[in-house]
Amino acid sequence: MRYLYFPGCTLSTKAKGFAASGEASARALGIDLVELSQWNCCGATFPLATDNLLALVAPTRILLNAQKEGNHLVALCSICYHVLKRTNRLLREETDKREKLNLFIEEEYRGEVRVFHLLELLREEIGFEELSERVQKRLQGLRVAPYYGCLLLRPFQEIGLDDPEEPRILDDLLASLGCEVVEFSHKTECCGSYLAMNSSEVTRELSYAILHSALASGAQAVVTSCPLCHFNLDYRQGEMAAHYPGFTQIPVLYFTQLLGLALGIESETFGLADHHVDPRPLLASKGLK
Amino acid sequence: MVIGGGISGMQAALDIADSGYEVVLVERLPSIGGRMAQLSETFPTLDCAQCILTPRTVEVGHHEKIKLATYSEVEEVGGHLGDFRVKVRRKPAYVDWERCTGCGLCQEKCLWQVPSDFERGIGKRKAIYALSPQAVPNKPVIDREHCVYFQKEGKCGACAKFCPVEAIDFQQKEEIWEEQVGAIVVATGYDLYPMERLSEYGGGHYPDVIDSLQFERLLSASGPTAGEIRRPSDGAVPKEVVFVQCAGSRDPERGVAYCSQICCMYTAKQALLYKHKVHHGQAYVFYIDIRAGGKGYEEFVQRAMEEGVLYLRGKVSKIFPQNGKVMVWGADTLSGKRVEIAADLVVLATAILPSQGTSDLAEKLRIKIGESGFYEEAHPQVRPIESGAPGIYLAGAGQGPKDIPEAVAQGSAAAAKVLALFASEVPP
Repeated sequence: MRYLYFPGCTLSTKAKGFAASGEASARALGIDLVELSQWNCCGATFPLATDNLLALVAPTRILLNAQKEGNHLVALCSICYHVLKRTNRLLREETDKREKLNLFIEEEYRGEVRVFHLLELLREEIGFEELSERVQKRLQGLRVAPYYGCLLLRPFQEIGLDDPEEPRILDDLLASLGCEVVEFSHKTECCGSYLAMNSSEVTRELSYAILHSALASGAQAVVTSCPLCHFNLDYRQGEMAAHYPGFTQIPVLYFTQLLGLALGIESETFGLADHHVDPRPLLASKGLK
Repeated sequence: MVIGGGISGMQAALDIADSGYEVVLVERLPSIGGRMAQLSETFPTLDCAQCILTPRTVEVGHHEKIKLATYSEVEEVGGHLGDFRVKVRRKPAYVDWERCTGCGLCQEKCLWQVPSDFERGIGKRKAIYALSPQAVPNKPVIDREHCVYFQKEGKCGACAKFCPVEAIDFQQKEEIWEEQVGAIVVATGYDLYPMERLSEYGGGHYPDVIDSLQFERLLSASGPTAGEIRRPSDGAVPKEVVFVQCAGSRDPERGVAYCSQICCMYTAKQALLYKHKVHHGQAYVFYIDIRAGGKGYEEFVQRAMEEGVLYLRGKVSKIFPQNGKVMVWGADTLSGKRVEIAADLVVLATAILPSQGTSDLAEKLRIKIGESGFYEEAHPQVRPIESGAPGIYLAGAGQGPKDIPEAVAQGSAAAAKVLALFASEVPP
């Protein structure tokens, strides 16, 4: 199966391991992710102002490029997925705005491309039961907390990937790899997102609440699909340890890293050494590397 | 014919029967009384529901003009005004009700317990059961799915062995017969919005997050805790209880758009009764706004506030378990602050839905269903009792959410329509 693929900026810079593990896992499952020949930044936020159309020009251009090469577009990063999916819906359903955006890009695009998250592709094209059978190395005994955050699921009416309050997709994926999946209360809470830029205390507090809840549920690692969540949850742990007495650090992994390991792929390119909290001792203790 | 043996349907049946006409009262459950039979006390007077209901159920049960068809459902409807032909299907009770004296020995001897629907799953019943001690008719039925005799090929049969009048009949078959009636009153009532659909409130997975009918059963002297407030998970007396109004109501995006009309009042009642039973307990009520339009209603809510129930104007965003407590996150929009309460028990005032099977029955009767799923009246202002199909009238919460006095009034109104029809020489 060949799918057009939009890596986005973060996966090409800070989260190379996410990209490499995602691409290699997809390949092992017979999904050929073909990078768009031309792409730009998605804008990284979907504007809150309803008339800020200029902010949508960048994602519109990506979608238009995708249409020239196919009819599907796959993203790995939750934020890219969020922006592309919402922009695409707007272009499909809101005629006035579509006309204006088409004037900006000086071409005609009507929202025909279907935007996927890799998780969605795994669920719909492979299926978690089938995936479970393709696992080479079951991640037995690894207790993980699936963390969804906000942008992968909300707003539900526009994204529609899974129940925004009690999502299953990441839980089901991790269970199919053999992980022990814990229930924890903060799986859809916000990590603080871009407040990391101007109010690091707020992000620290929000991210701490998430990790605390995961730890209290007995998780050994937190799993995410978003590089910004990853940054806030992983990178801030040094500060957290200084700030909250008794805080235990916990590795934060991308779902693709665990997927790749379970599929028996060589993990050299997965960026496991680049994490702030090194996940390798935990993985090694489960016989994974 | 009256379809539905709740308070509204019983009222219609009694009014028509008292005027000398024969009534067939069809009820899906083994006994009549409807939702009201599950309630503890009623607002705004705090009358015991069972005490004001039982005289009615008994009167219906003994009325010589009323033919009770419980454990029965309408199968097919033909004919027209003045001459409806209604096929009724009675499920097999596996008990010969002619012989049964209602002594209750079979229920005592039955070894198999299952969660009871009447107790909303927080109490148990036997595989052979009557709905409540005051059931009318007070005759049991066997739940085939959970009866060992049926599931394990004749093993057990304790009820049959002990029955002093040999009323157990494992061979009983369903019965279908036809009734010929002049008019039909539809009073099929309501259900609650399933907690499974309120995923932000735990989707029904947390034992100490319950719906309002479950809380009624906790309050009820005939309920699983004999009226003591004990939370389902560990039986502890909850020190802090959070009531969440509009759980699924007034939420066009995720729930239903309409107001369920009775929740403000019954929540005030439940919070007050909780305070009466657990003196040092704290009750919190989250509300959007208080809709207490009705005689003595506003005063009743004021009373709840004065007796120490803490009202917080805002929605609850999330409920989750933590360290044996139920954490409630919400907003108090009057102070503009976020609120976090570590509660012992949470009661959701879940939205009112038309009872299951409403649309199927509407199809059989060829009457309309409105946008929100309730039976549609012929005109919302001036013909609220007529269904739009000649000779078929609406009563009770099947037509729209309503409280007991309104349901009773509409039952009487439907009866008046039927009697006017029967008294007229020429059909309207």
